[in-house]
Amino acid sequence: MTAGGLRPPRGRHVDEPRAVRWILVGIAALFLAAFLVVPLVAVFAQALREGAGVYLAALSEPAARAAVTLTLIVAAIAVPVNVLYGLAAAWAVSKFSFPGRHALMTLIDLPFSVSPVVAGMLFVLLFGARGFFGPYLSEHGIKIIFALPGIVLATIFVTSPIIARELIPLMQSQGSEEEEAALTLGASGWRTFLHVSLPKVRWALLYGTLLCTARAMGEFGAVSVVSGHIRGRTMTLPLHVEVLYNEYRTTAAFAAASVLTLVAVFTLAVPFLVERRSRPLV
Amino acid sequence: MRRTLPGLPLALGTTLSYLGLVVLIPVSTLFVVSSSMTWERFVEVVTSPRTLAAYRLSFSAALLAATINLVFGVLLAWVLERYRFPLRRLVDGIVDLPFALPTAVAGISLASIYAKDGWIGRWLEPLGVQIAFTRAGVVVALVFVGLPFVVRTVQPVLRDLDPEIEEAAATLGASRWSIVARILLPGLAVPALTGFVLALARALGEYGSVIFISGNMPMRSEITPLLIMIQLEQYDYQAATAIALVFLLASFALLLVVNRLTAVYGAPPGVRGV
Repeated sequence: MTAGGLRPPRGRHVDEPRAVRWILVGIAALFLAAFLVVPLVAVFAQALREGAGVYLAALSEPAARAAVTLTLIVAAIAVPVNVLYGLAAAWAVSKFSFPGRHALMTLIDLPFSVSPVVAGMLFVLLFGARGFFGPYLSEHGIKIIFALPGIVLATIFVTSPIIARELIPLMQSQGSEEEEAALTLGASGWRTFLHVSLPKVRWALLYGTLLCTARAMGEFGAVSVVSGHIRGRTMTLPLHVEVLYNEYRTTAAFAAASVLTLVAVFTLAVPFLVERRSRPLV
Repeated sequence: MRRTLPGLPLALGTTLSYLGLVVLIPVSTLFVVSSSMTWERFVEVVTSPRTLAAYRLSFSAALLAATINLVFGVLLAWVLERYRFPLRRLVDGIVDLPFALPTAVAGISLASIYAKDGWIGRWLEPLGVQIAFTRAGVVVALVFVGLPFVVRTVQPVLRDLDPEIEEAAATLGASRWSIVARILLPGLAVPALTGFVLALARALGEYGSVIFISGNMPMRSEITPLLIMIQLEQYDYQAATAIALVFLLASFALLLVVNRLTAVYGAPPGVRGV
């Protein structure tokens, strides 16, 4: 939708006076500055406060590099899993109607309304030393909590609705006439999915995947519970930021934070650049 | 005759087994662990003064933050949809920042700028206003995380409003103020409330952005997720579970009530609730 393009020009009788318009824009700008723009700028200002040398040193210390590596590993597992799940869930919910469909949609959204701390706690209750499977796991030497599998599980839980939510409204509004045409012309189910359905949702899938990646790399509360904060072993980048900040190594904390901020800005810039019109509600 | 698309068994099977493993089994442990406690212990944990203070702070701060987001979200949506000004598209894009920025990053950044010597805090300090390390800080962080919701629910509805209704009202002699107050704003009530509920749900569970700015004083500025975290660190799984269960049920109840209120006015187009 090109805003204003097709709309008949507004006469003065259906618009606010000029002064009112500028006052409203001014209030909105002040609000955004105080809550979004200043915090965003502050991350980079604080990170570079002591110069580029200190900034680069903070990013290349072993703990920082280990944190970056772990964060990338977690995202590399969690994101593809959630892409497959998101596609399957969106396909089931938006192309078919079956009993319990609404309940299923609520269930898909459920992780969004569970506090990240509670999400992490659920996995501690299941796999922790005193959890349900704790005795069994320690007997077999399997470590889930305070190790990579727990971090991955907690991240998957928290980020699971993102891609599905991005795809469902779009798939629903698109209907399935083109898919039906392809099937009538003799294409197989997989071929129809890959060559008809997937291209129709490619931007939503791209944006959902980017957002899921940013959130997987930045998840804090849930990971904080299951990680155990073992330096160089189970510290993801956001936890590394927390530890540095609590040790009063503010510049180093903001340097690590700036990496995550760049990921977030990139995530927002992509739909901006590909001129995506309909925005998601996550 | 309509052909049915293939792939339902595979898609549904994948979805259900995934949800079962990743969501349902973990969530059900909450109930199992709580039921292993004695009733007396359960009540003692969830009604202790510290727990009650955390509940009170979590709910009041989240409600206040969501209300601020409601007012400013409608204003932002209005300004972005109705007016043309420099950098409008950039501003429109940046509204989504809280969706993508890690909460820990938001937390340390907000704490640094709202501290006494911070970029914004130093201007508030002479006025006697302290944000960082107080309960006001909790609200600031929650406003940040919930900021995009109302904007994004109201925007599409505002865009699709038929301008002829406004023109007709103007032709019939209504003042601009009465058109806005009586025709436009009522039409935005449902999407705005939907955004409010989403922001509220997000704010209730928020942890990362809050703990850096709130000061975390027990009884004063300790939010519920932090209290749960502290119980977990002391390996008191039962207390953590009890606090979490009551908090979760209370949050769901609150969201149900707000959702019901929204449903009375009909579902907004193209927007799903929590």
